[in-house]
Amino acid sequence: MASTHADSAATGPIPDNAATKTADYFDERLGFYGVAKKNLRKVFPDHWSFMLGEVALYSFIIILLTGVWLTLFFKPSMEEVVYSGSYVPLQGIHMSEAYASTLDISFDIRGGLAIRQIHHWAALIFVSSLFVHMFRIFFTGAFRKPREMNWLFGFLLLVLAMVNGFTGYSLPDDLLSGTGLRIAEGVVLAIPLVGTYLQFFLFGGQFPGHDIVPRLFTIHVLLVPAIMVALVTVHLALVFYQKHTQWPGAGKTEKNVVGLPLLPVYTAKAGGFFFIVFGITALLGGLVQINPIWSYGPYTPDQITAGSQPDWYIGFLEGSLRIMPNWETNLWGHTISWNVLIPSLVVPGVMFTFIAAYPWLEAWVTGDKREHHILDRPRNVPVRTGFGAAWIAMYLVLWIAGGNDIIATHFHLSINSITWTMRVLFFVAPVLAFVVARRIAMALQRRDRDKVLHGRETGIIKKLPHGEFIEIHEPLDAEKLHVLTAHEQPAPAELPPAVDENGVARKLKPGQKLRVRLSKFYFAEQIEKPTAEEFKEITSGHGHH
Amino acid sequence: MSEEKLPEPHSPAGALDPFADPGLPAHEPRVTDIDEKAARRAERQVSLLFVISMLATIGFIASYVSIDKYKIIDIFFFGKIGALNLALGCTLGVALFCIGAGAIHWARTLMTDEEIVQERHEFKSDPADREGAIREFQRGAAESGFGRRSMIRRTMIGAMALVPLSGVVLLRDLGPLPSVALRHTWWGKNGKNGRTLIINENTNKPLRPEHIVKGSLVMAKPEGLNVDNHDYLEEIGKAAILLIRLEPDEIKSKKQLEWSYNGVVAYSKICTHVGCPIGLYEQQTHHLLCPCHQSTFDLADDGAVVFGPAARSLPQLKITVNEKTGFLEAIGDFAEPVGPSFWERG
Repeated sequence: MASTHADSAATGPIPDNAATKTADYFDERLGFYGVAKKNLRKVFPDHWSFMLGEVALYSFIIILLTGVWLTLFFKPSMEEVVYSGSYVPLQGIHMSEAYASTLDISFDIRGGLAIRQIHHWAALIFVSSLFVHMFRIFFTGAFRKPREMNWLFGFLLLVLAMVNGFTGYSLPDDLLSGTGLRIAEGVVLAIPLVGTYLQFFLFGGQFPGHDIVPRLFTIHVLLVPAIMVALVTVHLALVFYQKHTQWPGAGKTEKNVVGLPLLPVYTAKAGGFFFIVFGITALLGGLVQINPIWSYGPYTPDQITAGSQPDWYIGFLEGSLRIMPNWETNLWGHTISWNVLIPSLVVPGVMFTFIAAYPWLEAWVTGDKREHHILDRPRNVPVRTGFGAAWIAMYLVLWIAGGNDIIATHFHLSINSITWTMRVLFFVAPVLAFVVARRIAMALQRRDRDKVLHGRETGIIKKLPHGEFIEIHEPLDAEKLHVLTAHEQPAPAELPPAVDENGVARKLKPGQKLRVRLSKFYFAEQIEKPTAEEFKEITSGHGHH
Repeated sequence: MSEEKLPEPHSPAGALDPFADPGLPAHEPRVTDIDEKAARRAERQVSLLFVISMLATIGFIASYVSIDKYKIIDIFFFGKIGALNLALGCTLGVALFCIGAGAIHWARTLMTDEEIVQERHEFKSDPADREGAIREFQRGAAESGFGRRSMIRRTMIGAMALVPLSGVVLLRDLGPLPSVALRHTWWGKNGKNGRTLIINENTNKPLRPEHIVKGSLVMAKPEGLNVDNHDYLEEIGKAAILLIRLEPDEIKSKKQLEWSYNGVVAYSKICTHVGCPIGLYEQQTHHLLCPCHQSTFDLADDGAVVFGPAARSLPQLKITVNEKTGFLEAIGDFAEPVGPSFWERG
């Protein structure tokens, strides 16, 4: 059986075969046996939520593979051609070479449409999985010391993924993507002082010009991917070096890591999962149409189709632009377009800076300088969970607002009232989401407490001799008891006494008051977790449930 | 397997703690660990998945070679779909998916699933290393004289700060300076008061006032601006207009009335928000809606913004009719820059 084979492999003589000789050849030049010995059986904890980052990694690899193939056929040029390919409705139409070559990829190069669609689907999955992966890290506190830097690398990857998604989406130079570029141009123009110059430099003159597609092409296939590959490498190296976090559980401590070895189980599962993700993406590419650029037509700045929508991850910016009131100021011959600046630069700037800075914000409030390798259950840190929910609510409001025209036409609602609703919700929904998520987290803590003290509800109803009905509660096992009580409950920070021991008024450092206030906000209201004494008292009681 | 029971790092309670970590539970064997028959069945399942993958790859190559790339087939639910694309996507998908499913099934049923415990170590270096590293650095820094020789330090920082400027300067030729390009359109080509024939975008022919019927929107461009022009897209992006007919008494603004001809008015088609072309016209209210961000303009009232994020009215183009030919003409250029706002616009 497997284990006996494995045992004899681990104790028997070292085989003297070609594989060993090849390995020796390289070791004599690189000396890698030491590293290999230490790492081949490196432990990786197992949990479904650790798979989300894998989806991101694998879809990134799929994007790289299909993207290289696409560059073999795509012509990043805005020179005008008259289309003469096989797609009849567009024959004889003036268009850029970029658009014409995308049509060729879609119709005349075998497998071109499938690869294009796999590339596009993989990009959509990539950004989605980055978001969900990030939420997992956020809600479980996996960003805490020593992983703050890796949080930042992951954050940069998310931003670059969105940038590269947008640049790639713009390359075919079709009517839909050109409209997106036109909006981007309007945003650049709105930048005070230098906007007009930036726009002329970016587009090589007036919009759309003849330079933007080749320039975006270099950014899309070289500049951004190179940075992303470097960041992914560092991100994974740090995960490897710092070892993965783990959920609380029996035998799991801050000083150990429990899981399955890199070779063979993790390799088989993770490697296999790459093929699963690739396989599903390929099926999507074959079965589900995405971005049919031929039906949009070539880009021209005087045409548009109703219901124009960007790819999903740009939707929140679109919604932000849509619900902004039309504020603009003219002062001393200069125009400041608040109606464009605030929604497209300030709002996303603030939202994403908050994400990037959160590990340091929280560490400052809690004053916690220890390493953390055991994950928090989201319910045990209600304020953080509330912040996460609030951020998602704000993002979703903007995202839904980006589809206000679709909502209006599908549900026969007034676009004006939808827009006004979204304007209100932008401020109200995050607050509501915070309160609700925090309340739910506390309620779950309360339930945990009840479960620890009174056991699990079995659903079995028992009739007592005197006619009373009771439900039988079953005590939790040792692991469950441990998991439900292993979290810490820090006391909120206190201001030092106003006067020191010599009676001299104490000077507070700037920010100290704010820190204490925030710390109270985080930790003042808690559901006390059960103590050992409480537990013993209740469980030693007679027939108490 | 080495199972170590390390004390909970922050748990104050001692051995009597009912909530103490019970330690890693004993490994429970799976069916495939104890039943050789089950193990062999799992082995066959894994191999079957790999065989399906091989067949799918052969199917991929066969499809690539044999299916005509223009062949369209009609499939229930999916509708009309390219046969080759469908076949390639499905065979590739199955070939990849089955490799993955096989590997994971293999790992889950046949590879040992006994958990291993490894230790973590704090990342902080020990004090000796810390001191040693800082000393080495200080020694190197002292040997360089970087701290002591302030003239070298300052000039070096100066040189390093300046040298990237070359890179910035090199970006200058990315594009021309804006100058007044955003202020003028093709309509002004014939001088400020010169007249330009208005051409229907769809028919490429001049327009007479009677061509503009009530309730419909006519897209137009200036004469001489054609698809063959090298800068056609840049120019049409500013010069595109739309014409509508209103009853003269519906027009609320005196200026608008003066710039119109018998109820026919011409507006820029480019939204003043971020530059999308505007195309959704509601005949009853004379409201024009931008499909990008839903800015709504009242065409009976100077193109004023009635809703949405746009801050400026839609620029109107002054038009008249050529007495000799009877065709609609624009008089001069727009009075203000069209399209999105910019810093120098004022």
